[in-house]
Amino acid sequence: MTLARDLRGSLVIAVIGVLFMLAAPSVLELFTIINLTTAIALSLLALSLALVWGYGGILCFGQTAFFGIGAYAYTIAAINFGGSTWAILVAVLVAVAFAAAIGYVMFYGRVSDVYLAVITLTVTLILYSLLRRTSGPDYKIGKSLLGGFNGITSPPLNLPWDASFVLFPEHVFYVAMAALILAYVFTGWLTRTHFGRVCVSIRENELRAELLGYDVRLYKLGIFAVGAGLAGLAGVLFCNGVGRVTPDVFNLYNASLTIIWVIVGGRGTLIGPILGALGLFYLTSALGTQSMVHTNLVLGIILVVFVLGVPKGVIPTVADWMAARRSRRALRARERRMRLRRPRGGARGDGAGGGRGIGRGTEAKMGAEAGPGTSAGVGAGPAA
Amino acid sequence: MDLVAAVGLQILYGIANLALISLGLAIIFGMMRVINLAHGEFLMLGGYTVVVAANAGVNLWIAMLVLAPLVVGVIGVVVERLLIRWLYGRMIDTLLATWGLSLLFIGLVTSIFGASTATTISPPLGVISIGEYTSSAYELLLIGITAALGIAVFLALKLTNLGLVARGTMQNAEMASALGVSTSRVYMITFGVGAAISGLAGGLLAPVTGVLPTIGAVYIAKAFITVISGGAAILAGTASASVLLGGVNGIAAFLTGPTIGEVALLVTAIVLLRLMPRGITGRFFRKSL
Repeated sequence: MTLARDLRGSLVIAVIGVLFMLAAPSVLELFTIINLTTAIALSLLALSLALVWGYGGILCFGQTAFFGIGAYAYTIAAINFGGSTWAILVAVLVAVAFAAAIGYVMFYGRVSDVYLAVITLTVTLILYSLLRRTSGPDYKIGKSLLGGFNGITSPPLNLPWDASFVLFPEHVFYVAMAALILAYVFTGWLTRTHFGRVCVSIRENELRAELLGYDVRLYKLGIFAVGAGLAGLAGVLFCNGVGRVTPDVFNLYNASLTIIWVIVGGRGTLIGPILGALGLFYLTSALGTQSMVHTNLVLGIILVVFVLGVPKGVIPTVADWMAARRSRRALRARERRMRLRRPRGGARGDGAGGGRGIGRGTEAKMGAEAGPGTSAGVGAGPAA
Repeated sequence: MDLVAAVGLQILYGIANLALISLGLAIIFGMMRVINLAHGEFLMLGGYTVVVAANAGVNLWIAMLVLAPLVVGVIGVVVERLLIRWLYGRMIDTLLATWGLSLLFIGLVTSIFGASTATTISPPLGVISIGEYTSSAYELLLIGITAALGIAVFLALKLTNLGLVARGTMQNAEMASALGVSTSRVYMITFGVGAAISGLAGGLLAPVTGVLPTIGAVYIAKAFITVISGGAAILAGTASASVLLGGVNGIAAFLTGPTIGEVALLVTAIVLLRLMPRGITGRFFRKSL
C-alpha cells in the first residue's frame, strides 16, 4: 500500500516515458531518433550514478569506467559469440564483477569518501591510457582486436537467439527507451526496499547505521555493484547508438560530464539526473556546432556555479520551492478560514471555544511552517 | 653493467618524475586537506607559460625556473581567493568546484591557443652516454631539480617562520588563529606555493612532453594515486610513494613494456590502499613532514 503510493510518482513518469517511446518514431526523423538513442544511453548512465551517489552516498567519479567496460565487453563478446543475446549479459556481468573487485578494496579497506572519488577517477583514467595503447595485432581478445585509439566497431543488437535478424535503428531506440524506463522503475523500487532504505541511512549517518547492526561495507558494495551493472547496460546501448566503442569513453571529459549531469539534475532524485543528462546532451551538442565558446569552458562554469549556488541541483530546488509555496498558500487559506470563523466564536461569547479556536489556528500554522522543513529533510527519499 | 646503470637511471627518472608532478598537489592536500582536481591544469598552465615565453624570445631557463612558477602561483592565489576559500571544510564541494575549474581552464586555453599546439620546444642539454647506452642529460637534471625542490620545501617548512606558522595552522587551525595567526592568509600562501610548484613542474616537463590543453589528464591520475598512497605527510609521503610506485612502474615497464607498467602502478596502489587506507605515512613515518 505505502509502496504503491511511494512509487506513484515514478510510475507516472514511467507512463509518460512509454507514451514518448511509442510516439517518438512516428513524429521525429530517423537522425534525431539515432541521436536520441545515444542520449538515452547517457541518461541511463546518469541514473546509475544517481543511484550510487544520490542514494548510496558513494562519490564515484569513475562511473564511466563501468560504462566503458560494459561497452567494450559487449562489443568483444558479440564479435566472439556472433550475436548480441549473451553479449548483453556478459557486458553487465563484467561491469558488476569489475565494480565488485574495486568496491571490495575500497569499502572493505574503509577508504573515505574523497579518496574513493579519486581512486575511481584514477582507475578510469588508467583504463583510458591502457586501451589507447592497445593498437596492433598483438592486442586481441578472441576474434576481436582491441584497436587502440580507434576502438572497435560494435556489432548491432539482434533479436534474441536469432543473430540473422539485426535490429534497425528505430528498434534500438525502442530497446534503449524500454531499458531506461525499466531501469528507472527498478531503481525507484530498489530505493524503497529495505536494502535501499538501509543504503540511504548509511548515506545519512554511516556510524549510526553500523551501530544498528548493519554491515555498512556489504550494503555499499551492493549498491555500488548494482549501479555498475546499470552503467554497463548503458554502455551496451551507447555503443549501439554510436556504432563503435573507443577509449574516449574513459576520458576525463566524459567522467566529468557524468558528475555534472547528476549535480545539475539533483542528488537524491532519480529523474533529475536523467533530465540533466538529456538537457546537457543537447546543450553540449549545440555548443559543439559553434566555435565561439569552448564546450569545456561552459561546462566548467556550470559546474562551479552549481556547486557554489545551487548545490542541491535543479529538481530538488524546484521541488523545495514548490513545497514552500504550497505550504504558504495553505497557511494563508487556513488563516482566511480562521478569520471567517472567529466572529462567530466571539458572538457566541464562549471564551473557552474562542481560546480553542486560536489554539487550533496556531497549531495549524506551526504544522505548516514545519512542513517545508521536514519535506526538505526527507525530500531526498520520496521525491521522484 | 652499463645496462644496469642505464635502466637504473631510467627508473630513477620515473621516480623523480612522479615526485615532481605530485609535490604541488601533496602540499595543497597535506596542508589544507583540499584535493585540487585542477592540479593537472596547473601543470598544463606552467607548460604553456614556458612555451609562450620561449617563443616570445625569453631565455628558456628563465621561462622554466622563474616565469612558470610565478605565473601559476599568481593564478593559484587568485583561484584560492575567488573560489576555494568559500569551501573550506566542505571537501566534496571543493573537489567538485576544482573539477569545474579544471574544465574551465581547459576550455579557456583551448579557446586561446587552439586544441593542439604545434610549437614545441626541444629539451636543452644534449645526451650523455653510459657505455653503449645514451640518456638525456635533461632527465638527469630533472632528477637533481626534484631532489633540490624536496630539500627546499623541507627546509622552508622546518626553518622559516612562515613554515612554522604553516605547520601550526595545519595541525590546529583554531589554535593558530587564537594565537594571532591569520589562517586565511596562511591558506592563501600555501595554495599559492602549491600552485607555483605545480607550475614549475609543468614548465620543466614541457620540453619533454610537449603541451596540449588536455595534457593535465595525463598527469593527474598518477599524481593523485601517488599523493593518496603517500598519505598525509607531505614530503615523506610523496617520497615513499614515488619510490614505491615509480619503482614498480619502472621495473614492470622494463620487463614488459609501458602499458603493463601503468597497470602495475595502479594495481600496486590499490593493493597498498587496501592494506593501508591512510597511505604509507598513515602507518609508517607518522611524525614526519
